[in-house]
Amino acid sequence: MFLLFVVATLAITFISARKNTGSSAYFAAGRSITAWQNGLAVAGDYMSAASFLGIAGMIACFGFDGFMYSVGFLVAYLTVLYVVAEPLRNSGKYTMADVLAYRLKPRPVRAMASLNTLSVSLFYMIAQMVGAGVLIQKLMHDIPFMQETAGYNLSVCGVGVMMIIYVVFGGMLATTWVQIIKAILLISGSLFLSVLVLRKFDYSFVNFFDAVTQIKMTAADGKQVVKNFLDPGMKFKNPWESVSLGAALLFGTAGLPHILIRFYTVPDAKTARSSVVWAMWIIGGFYIMTTFFGFGAAALIGPDVTNPNPNMSAPMLAQLLGGEFFFAFICAVAFATILAVVAGLTISASTSFAHDFYTNVIHHGKETKAGSEVKVARITAFSIGALSIVLAILLGPKVNVAFLVGLAFAVAASANLPAIIFSVFWKRFNTTGALFGLGGGLVASLGLILVSPVGIFGKEGALFPLENPGIVSIPLGFLFAIIGTLLGGNEPNAEAKFDELAVRSHTGLGAEKASSH
Amino acid sequence: MNPTREPNWSAIAAMPEFQDLLRAKRRFVVPCCVFFSLYYLAFLILVGWYSPMLSKPVLGKVNGAYLFALSQFFMTWIMAYIYMYKANQFDKAAADLLKKAGL
Repeated sequence: MFLLFVVATLAITFISARKNTGSSAYFAAGRSITAWQNGLAVAGDYMSAASFLGIAGMIACFGFDGFMYSVGFLVAYLTVLYVVAEPLRNSGKYTMADVLAYRLKPRPVRAMASLNTLSVSLFYMIAQMVGAGVLIQKLMHDIPFMQETAGYNLSVCGVGVMMIIYVVFGGMLATTWVQIIKAILLISGSLFLSVLVLRKFDYSFVNFFDAVTQIKMTAADGKQVVKNFLDPGMKFKNPWESVSLGAALLFGTAGLPHILIRFYTVPDAKTARSSVVWAMWIIGGFYIMTTFFGFGAAALIGPDVTNPNPNMSAPMLAQLLGGEFFFAFICAVAFATILAVVAGLTISASTSFAHDFYTNVIHHGKETKAGSEVKVARITAFSIGALSIVLAILLGPKVNVAFLVGLAFAVAASANLPAIIFSVFWKRFNTTGALFGLGGGLVASLGLILVSPVGIFGKEGALFPLENPGIVSIPLGFLFAIIGTLLGGNEPNAEAKFDELAVRSHTGLGAEKASSH
Repeated sequence: MNPTREPNWSAIAAMPEFQDLLRAKRRFVVPCCVFFSLYYLAFLILVGWYSPMLSKPVLGKVNGAYLFALSQFFMTWIMAYIYMYKANQFDKAAADLLKKAGL
């Protein structure tokens, strides 16, 4: 089952490797992906292990509060659609930094943006790698050398190596198709799982929800209680927690580099727009289904069994309802999910480095030898892969995966989004403002996380009470950008180019069209 | 697009049709953003601070909290559809003004 998928995707990689000519092909899949294909790819990128395994596990353990993640992840796409999708497509070349560098001094801005992209991608990536490591290790735990941490380390290496192969040889086109296949598998797997859950309840929603409201579990004090899993409050005791997390989700998606970069693979803004809408249908449908396999796991397996291994609740449910075969299928789907997301992240991070930092910062925008930008990207992909393998192993299987993903969202929202918005919509915005916003947002979010209950001082020594810094760091990010702008004085160059950026963003004039093959 | 001739960006930006387009876009996008942010925020606030009220069963055993959460999905889809519809209109306006500018 596993091997079949692996072989198929490797085949796609090699086929597209042969079609690869030039930067446009490697970085943006030749800009020839259609709307529904890109919609699937975007959806695939977005529905990571955190979504499938993580949310299922959270709902299975904490009921309604877990479902709030599902809601937030979807509504966030409205921010993407209304605010950033089209301006970005119309004005950029390959990366988010392209938009920022349009009006502002390119070198410092690109360097900073590159740093942010790498940071966000790295956090997101390590989370996936840890998830993959745990998943595969548990799957193969019967094999002698796959015990505990050694097994975890081995699986992390395995996933990392596979991912490096995809990206280094296939580039954006291959990873796009991996996303599409994985999205289809994920949706069908979830659909099937949901149907099986409902079947257990005789296809009656009434019966299903009935059971969900009366779940037996062992409370913290050891007593057997019956809890209504539809009630909020099992995880987020402090209401500010859910607001902060919600803010991070709502604003973070529009700042995630690996999502934004998918807009450049379509021929024009209109397709970019429709692909986002396609993605929203798919993602929305998927998250509604988390109701069934998340709450279903709570009802059918029970939180007591799930709790020690929350990430495994979806596969466990599959095993319960469909036997070993379905269990293997769902594990393969989860694995594919992780692989695809990791590939997508690596591509955006390595693109950022090669395009923003290497070509533009170090070599002042001139490609020194034809093809060198692509070569640098491939080397970067390799290095990033290696780095995340090492970090995932160092952090170990017990690190909280959701924490890392929430981090990524908070950083994206605080550091990236203010700069993007101001650059496109505020004439007065200048380079100082961008640097303050990008850097300040990054420092604010990272800093607050380090001193939060999940940071270095632990629960007792925490200086900042919330696990997710969103509600504080996002406004701070905007504030820094504004302060920086005011401190920086007028930048005539930036203001002069505002007209050009405005015309480009709003009419699409001059945007890079699809390359002909 | 002829790569050797840069369009006169400032001239286009100064066109009244362009300014109209910008204004129309702003009048659409800003209220919509405010709306969906508030709707989502309302969800977060009610669930956070008024959860006993939302925990009451509304449809059979399904409580207000879940229904409110579900409504967020439909709100999102509806807003996405509205955007598509409006954006097509804006596209037409943009194409018209570019034609007028001679491009």
